[in-house]
Amino acid sequence: MNDFLPPSLDGGYYEKLGLGSVCEKVRAGERLSLEDGEALFQCSDLGAVGALAHAARARLHGDRAYYVLNQHINYSNICVNGCRFCAFGRERGDAKAFELSVEDILEKVRQRLDEPLAEIHIVGGCHPGLPLSYYEDVLREIRKLRPAASLKAFTAVEIAHFARLAGISTLEVLLRLKEAGLSMLPGGGAEVFSPRVREILCPRKIDGREWLRVAGEAHEAGIPTNATLLYGHLETRRERLEHLAALREQQDETGGFTCFIPLPFQPANTKVTGVEPTTGVEDLKTVAVSRLMLDNIPHVKAYWIMLTVKLAQVALHFGADDFDGTVIEEKIGHMAGAESEQALTRSELERVIREGGFRPVERDCFFNAVAASGSAA
Amino acid sequence: MTALVQEAGTSGPEGAAEKVLGGERLDFSEAWALYEGAPFHVLGRLAHAVRLRKHPEPAVTYVVDRNINYSNICVCGCRFCAFYRAPGQEGGYVLSREELARKVEETLALGGTQILMQGGHHPDLPLSFYEDMLAFIKGRYAVHIHAFSPPEVVHFSRLENVSVKEAIARLKAAGLDSIPGGGAEILVDEVRRSVSPNKCSAGEWLEVMEEAHRQGLRTTATMMFGHEEEPRHRLEHLFALREVQDRTGGFTAFIPWAFQPRNTGISRPAQTAVSYLRLLAVSRVVLDNFDNVQASWVTMGPKVAQTALFFGANDFGSTMIEENVVAAAGVRFRLSAEEIRRIVEAAGFAPRRRTMDYRWIEES
Repeated sequence: MNDFLPPSLDGGYYEKLGLGSVCEKVRAGERLSLEDGEALFQCSDLGAVGALAHAARARLHGDRAYYVLNQHINYSNICVNGCRFCAFGRERGDAKAFELSVEDILEKVRQRLDEPLAEIHIVGGCHPGLPLSYYEDVLREIRKLRPAASLKAFTAVEIAHFARLAGISTLEVLLRLKEAGLSMLPGGGAEVFSPRVREILCPRKIDGREWLRVAGEAHEAGIPTNATLLYGHLETRRERLEHLAALREQQDETGGFTCFIPLPFQPANTKVTGVEPTTGVEDLKTVAVSRLMLDNIPHVKAYWIMLTVKLAQVALHFGADDFDGTVIEEKIGHMAGAESEQALTRSELERVIREGGFRPVERDCFFNAVAASGSAA
Repeated sequence: MTALVQEAGTSGPEGAAEKVLGGERLDFSEAWALYEGAPFHVLGRLAHAVRLRKHPEPAVTYVVDRNINYSNICVCGCRFCAFYRAPGQEGGYVLSREELARKVEETLALGGTQILMQGGHHPDLPLSFYEDMLAFIKGRYAVHIHAFSPPEVVHFSRLENVSVKEAIARLKAAGLDSIPGGGAEILVDEVRRSVSPNKCSAGEWLEVMEEAHRQGLRTTATMMFGHEEEPRHRLEHLFALREVQDRTGGFTAFIPWAFQPRNTGISRPAQTAVSYLRLLAVSRVVLDNFDNVQASWVTMGPKVAQTALFFGANDFGSTMIEENVVAAAGVRFRLSAEEIRRIVEAAGFAPRRRTMDYRWIEES
């Protein structure tokens, strides 16, 4: 950057924006403090923040932008947690409640067997009745149908719920599910770790410490996980940063986080009132600050379902390196009013990545390039 | 950091960037070097620097107005258009006086200060029809009329067999306040021959604007990109505008739009957000004699339009109480003045309601 931009726009430029020392740390690859994160959020120049995040992203991933061919399956929306920010969950007996049998799920998998999917993503509500054997059966049977696909299933929240229902430890749940074919945990349910916010929004959900403990336990059992942040509701920017710092600390200990996914809160159809949807600038800054703070988590996702395709493409220049997948049948975000398209085809996804100035790389859930994809080279 | 440098190369974009920062004018090859070679954030930062130099105050303007399409009947048949109906085709309309009056009244009731009035190239209506329409509105309402893009003016003058100069003078006398920059598409004739063969030439478009400026009417300028043009044609368009502006200073703002392909005769994927932001940014640095550059939430959505405020745009456009042309191509975003103010504030700018000529309106 120095070699290209005249001095008036570079070092001195960040100095003038109050980001001189942050810029130096990013340059040197040093860890940022919470105060650095706050300075980045407060910076009036969106592009300046984006350029720093892009430098960190380019150092890790060059011009690669990843995507995955995947299938999302929501096995049930029946949930005992009743989180206020959720437009998806229903109580048992509700007219809109649904619950898929193992056979229903297999039928969904069979319908797409002719597509070379690398990943099946399975999540659902904390169902009050389904036994652990149901989840084991789901994994085992999908494995038989699709031996090559990775099964990324059940958030740390669901794992803790299964354990409580079955009266066994979370470790035992993890090991049994792994035995049944589980490859990885998705990053959901982290929301914001702040106890203050969780008490208001999701008092019945496991707390942040428990979420991190289950994630760490999975890592140690050889099950990588992702991690999310749900932002743009009642949390402060400081609480967002504390969330990132907690993930960073956990990652130092157990190292199993693969991808971080910042999710903008979509207020429509939820019980959270008086909150406006996040704006593009807030979304891009959150992606950028996440990339810069999370120096030990390899990937940051621009989840286009929540961001829209247009903004997700821009986010590739603000620290994100993953575009997620050709998601079909995504329900959770859309029920909360997400305005994005329902699905993207592979060619459309690759075109958007290329026009953004990046090289599309098809991946599996562990971010290994899928060799068979003719376009990954 | 090194990735940015490698992307940039060493010679072309760097020299051009130096010139932009020094406040010097870019020639075509320098603009090309930036457009093709500068990394995304470098291009954005240059555009933002120019924007802050022209508007040091942290403000973003917007206008409360309404698009009124007086007719969709059009003999042009442009391939990129999803709005028009051919004469005799089902669904064609010409607004009645009553409909016109109602739309103006609704606009004023919503705090609007101007109407943007455009329509198809109707095969039969004489110039007096448009004069009467202006006089009718002006006689009843205190509203700024921003109307009749250059292709319409050329069409009226041909049908009436009068000069462009006379057509503009008559419309102005009847109440026309300013001319919108529509119908510019890409101001390169080889592109126009393909996408809009029956519409006025690039030279005619520019001549209408130059004549309007000479007669004291301000105008805007647009570009619709992402159809059949080559990237260099976009820059040729910018340079043609810059040349006229050097002579007249009559353009208030530049407004680039991305072509929306649905329901049109051109099959091509829509421009992506990054392509849009790059074009917006290079426009800001090339058009050094334009005061204002407008973001297009109508085609890009509010999130990307907000991002555009850091890629050269200092204006958020209009509340578009009614918009029909882009909506016909399947793209519908809606924003109230309140929502625009929230988006502008969230980006760190003070929202300022403005007139067509970019004067701020004090909020009561």
